[in-house]
Amino acid sequence: MTATKLNLKDRYRLLTRDLDWEYSYQNRKDVFPMEEFEGIKITDWSKWEDPFRLTMDAYWKYQAEKEKKLYAIFDAFAQNNGQQNVKDARYVNAIKLFLTGVSPLEYQAYNGFAHVGRQFGGVGARVACQMQSLDELRHVQTQIHAMSHYNKHFDGFQDFAHMHDRVWYLSVPKSFFDDARSAGPFEFMVAIGFSFEYVLTNLLFVPFMSGAAYNGDMATVTFGFSAQSDEARHMTLGLEIIKFLLEQHPDNVPIVQRWINKWFWRGTRMLALVSMMMDYMLPNRVMSWKEAWEVYFEEAGGALFKDLARYGIEMPAYAGTAIAEKEHLSHQTWSIFYNYTHAAAFHTWMPDEREMDWLSEKYPNTFDKYYRPRFEHWREMERAGERFYNPTLPMLCQTCQIPMGFTEMNDPTLVSYRQSVYKGERFNFCSDGCKDIFDHEPEKYVQSWLPVHQIYQGNCGGADVETVLKDYYKMNLGVDNMDYRGSPDEQRWKQWHNLQSAEDKLKKAS
Amino acid sequence: MSKVYIALQDNEESHYIVEAIEEDNPDATVIYQPAMIRIENEGFLAVKRETVEEKMGRDWEVQALHVNLITLGGNVDETDDALTLTWNQ
Repeated sequence: MTATKLNLKDRYRLLTRDLDWEYSYQNRKDVFPMEEFEGIKITDWSKWEDPFRLTMDAYWKYQAEKEKKLYAIFDAFAQNNGQQNVKDARYVNAIKLFLTGVSPLEYQAYNGFAHVGRQFGGVGARVACQMQSLDELRHVQTQIHAMSHYNKHFDGFQDFAHMHDRVWYLSVPKSFFDDARSAGPFEFMVAIGFSFEYVLTNLLFVPFMSGAAYNGDMATVTFGFSAQSDEARHMTLGLEIIKFLLEQHPDNVPIVQRWINKWFWRGTRMLALVSMMMDYMLPNRVMSWKEAWEVYFEEAGGALFKDLARYGIEMPAYAGTAIAEKEHLSHQTWSIFYNYTHAAAFHTWMPDEREMDWLSEKYPNTFDKYYRPRFEHWREMERAGERFYNPTLPMLCQTCQIPMGFTEMNDPTLVSYRQSVYKGERFNFCSDGCKDIFDHEPEKYVQSWLPVHQIYQGNCGGADVETVLKDYYKMNLGVDNMDYRGSPDEQRWKQWHNLQSAEDKLKKAS
Repeated sequence: MSKVYIALQDNEESHYIVEAIEEDNPDATVIYQPAMIRIENEGFLAVKRETVEEKMGRDWEVQALHVNLITLGGNVDETDDALTLTWNQ
């Protein structure tokens, strides 16, 4: 008799579930000490389902295949001087932000999933978390590898890990993950596995990566899609854990809803960075941030929450505010960075006429009315040799750590401020969403490491901004920072392509 | 009914998979975007091994879909014969 091959379900059962055992001489609560303190009630871990039924042997096989494809493209990109084929050098600034702001989060996710993968009592959840942890480690490695090629030809990449832990705007994504990793294991899963992976990462890894392809960046689109192919599995894990928690006990529903509210809002705030990458940093544009938001949050997220309604789960609180913000988010965020480009390790610029027209077309309700006049004014100042840099340090939101530059949605000319007083001290927030998060866990957020406060308290190595940037952040001043126009990046780009700026031509003519 | 969706990298292998999906899900909408192909359908979508094998002219495991997969939306069920995506509402 020939042995028949086991089917997928049986293989998964044998190679996953059967790896578990009963604890005969240890108390189960000592083995899994973090399973109860968050108030989540699990009655039967065997109800956990992994819809992909992926076993470790298949995992290694297909991940190896993905890696081979990926590295073939990295090699081709490097061998063929791919850096010269991007649409224009301004684009590379989005990649600088990616390496300093996003890739270290992959490393944090690797740590986080390794941790929670140890803490769950169910073997199905443990195996899925283990695979996700390995995926995240792969992502950070492949991203550093892909972008190391850009580091040879452009400024601002050299100290990404050092910068991630210190620089003011990188403290936005860093504190997001610190917050998730210092929560309990179930909150981490709802935060990262569900709210971030399922509801929001598509916005980063799908339309932005498609945009990278459209701008000739073969390396980035490839690591992006390769990472997102793992994300498809992570999203599914996130959805499964939500369904599992909601089915296990009705007491879990309000806890999960609160986490969804919190992490949806934390996530949308962090994605403000992606909104400006899409609308301002891709010279060839595929779709606007607003369009991407409509497809990947309103449509896909809407379908998801409709599906979860049977458990009593509702759309995240402040989804309405986030939807209204799609008209404003990228413009307001780009304005903040334009103001503070002297303190950033990447370049900004004012959009040219053609780009402004595209923004007017994509944002007919807001761009011409609120943002175009401001940008034209800044462009005039720049032409007059007075490029505007904001010399003060901004107040930061205690929760999301973004400078307080977002406005009320019913009045886009009025900056949104919220405050709470806790133990006699006043704390400031950019929104109702961020204030609610603080008010529910003030003991956690009073400890926020706010970059501006730290600078003023003298904890960042210097008494003036220049010293902080140079010595504490390790930025090469006049090289990594300031406007793209006139930067060494721009000069090199023009040399490669034998382009002459109008200014150079004038100089030579005289 | 909400739309489920799947996005694949735009490459040779995916073209066969997309052909198979189109055949098995005649109402699905196929959208070509830079470097990717997005397929969406009301409530349900299936990628069937048998049809993909017929298009490719060789054996193909459903799990090999992950190599070209970018993202998906919907409740997933994967067996030896198919990957399906569904929304209940």
